[in-house]
Amino acid sequence: MSVLVAPARPRGRLSPARLGLYALLVVLGVFYLTPIFAIIITSLKSAAELARTTVWDMPMSPSLESYATAFQALAPSFFNSVYLVVPATLVSAFLGSMNGYVLAKWKFKGANLIFTLLLFGMFIPYQSVLIPLVQLLTSINLYGGIPGLILVHIVYGIPICTLIFRNYYAGVPKELLEAGRIDGASVLGIYRHILLPLSVPGFVVVLIWQFTSIWNEFLFAVTISGNNQPITVALVNLAGSIAPQPNVQMAGALLAAVPTLLVYILLGRYFVRGLLAGSLKG
Amino acid sequence: MATATAQPAMVERLPRSRSIFPWSSERLTPILLVAPSVILIGIFVYGFIGQTIRVSLSRWNNVLPDYTFVGLRNYIRLFGIERFQNDLINTVHFTAFFLAGCLVIGLGAAVLLDQRLRGTLFFQNVFMYPLALAFVVTGTVWRWIFNPYTGINVILDNLHLGFLKSGWLTDTNVALNGVVIAAVWQMSGFCMAMFLAGLRGIPEELREAARVDGATEWQLFWRVVFPLLRPITLSAVIILGHISLKIFDLIYVMTSGGPGYSSDLPSLYMFRATFQENLYGRGAAIATILLLLVAILIVPYLIWNIRGETER
Repeated sequence: MSVLVAPARPRGRLSPARLGLYALLVVLGVFYLTPIFAIIITSLKSAAELARTTVWDMPMSPSLESYATAFQALAPSFFNSVYLVVPATLVSAFLGSMNGYVLAKWKFKGANLIFTLLLFGMFIPYQSVLIPLVQLLTSINLYGGIPGLILVHIVYGIPICTLIFRNYYAGVPKELLEAGRIDGASVLGIYRHILLPLSVPGFVVVLIWQFTSIWNEFLFAVTISGNNQPITVALVNLAGSIAPQPNVQMAGALLAAVPTLLVYILLGRYFVRGLLAGSLKG
Repeated sequence: MATATAQPAMVERLPRSRSIFPWSSERLTPILLVAPSVILIGIFVYGFIGQTIRVSLSRWNNVLPDYTFVGLRNYIRLFGIERFQNDLINTVHFTAFFLAGCLVIGLGAAVLLDQRLRGTLFFQNVFMYPLALAFVVTGTVWRWIFNPYTGINVILDNLHLGFLKSGWLTDTNVALNGVVIAAVWQMSGFCMAMFLAGLRGIPEELREAARVDGATEWQLFWRVVFPLLRPITLSAVIILGHISLKIFDLIYVMTSGGPGYSSDLPSLYMFRATFQENLYGRGAAIATILLLLVAILIVPYLIWNIRGETER
């Protein structure tokens, strides 16, 4: 399902029309790259230089001082995000894999209805669950910390993980499973010994997707986390607190973006699959 | 297109297992496997939505909960508030421009990338990396770019386009459009990915046939290719439309709804009313309205998807 890999086609020669197409591509490329350019050059300026230059001037004497300041301010929340993302991603992926297995291969009566009801959960505006969520977390003493956020991201990650795994397992030939069944394997046995070893690409897609979404999430984080902020909340607070300097903000923005950007650069193909899975039809 | 034919349920095809009990493990285990997720979603999605609706119909507009039923009073008051009326207009404004921007840039970029050009993969990655970023990162950067003194206005001056200069996020007439630009920058790659997948799923023979029949490239696109992309366009509109109804982080970071309420949206109003002004009933009413708007868009789409799958 390498949907975005271009088929091999004959290459034409460089004609005026082709040059025009390249010009358009470059214009679009400039639009997309401008913000990352602004981040990098601004973050390399010292406070003194920042005051004398515009967004677009190159730094005369690049300095890493804003990175030091940003790192000092954001390091605790960076690690909060790590503590949040790792368990939430793993558990929601695991639950999604089991659900996907059942909903693709062991459809019981009402399975499609349950699948539809699960899926709706991934489209709701989370504002519509926020008040009861705060009430519940407060009553079980999980409000104001990372464990509460972990629970929240596991639960609201179930729909998308289930969807991706269900579609993935639908492509596994049923003869493979029948063979296991004839050999006497149970429902769980088939999952563990036949399906799970085939699931690596599915897990890669789901883990990347969940990692990126949870790392980047803001609404739950700002509502629930209290003083144990994940990186997104800390980045926003950076603008209004100790260091309102744009160079520090840009350094902080890059710091917050580096983990998901790295994943995108290294494993972009899988990221795109997760992205397209969210629109249901492949 | 890879025709992922839905697998018929195994249990229907195969003889029942040897067990004589009606609740054999092959019937019970699958249900036990999905039970934890179903219970969690049952509580955290449907139970909580029910509770939100209950709060929206209650008198609870203070620190302490008060579930006294007051009917639609919160809704009626809400629609009378100028800020909320303005929020609804902003929602339409934001959604229209955001959708238009994403569709035009997404389709344009996809068509460009579908030509036989070198370096396509590089540009494809460039167009899509914003999708990996947090909205708060995007907001932080674009707020800086829109700085009226040292940001985009400097470039407009240098290009002799001074008449396009504005206060951007500090101008009540422009602020919302500034957020739209950042949102399009971030999400148009999603549209592009969908269109590109669609374009590459169209068999080359189909295009060749049209060329043999004497169609120009322009006709080929609008008469043959584009109609085939219609289902994808619909999907993109629904997914992006519901994202635009829910958009929160970008507004929060870039303008905080300001100046005044000029870029305020219901998602932000709900948050402020509930958690900063303790107007829980009002916040719940806004949340319920948001949910209704999203449901109107998403529920038919979900049913269409699931139906289409079982009919295949």
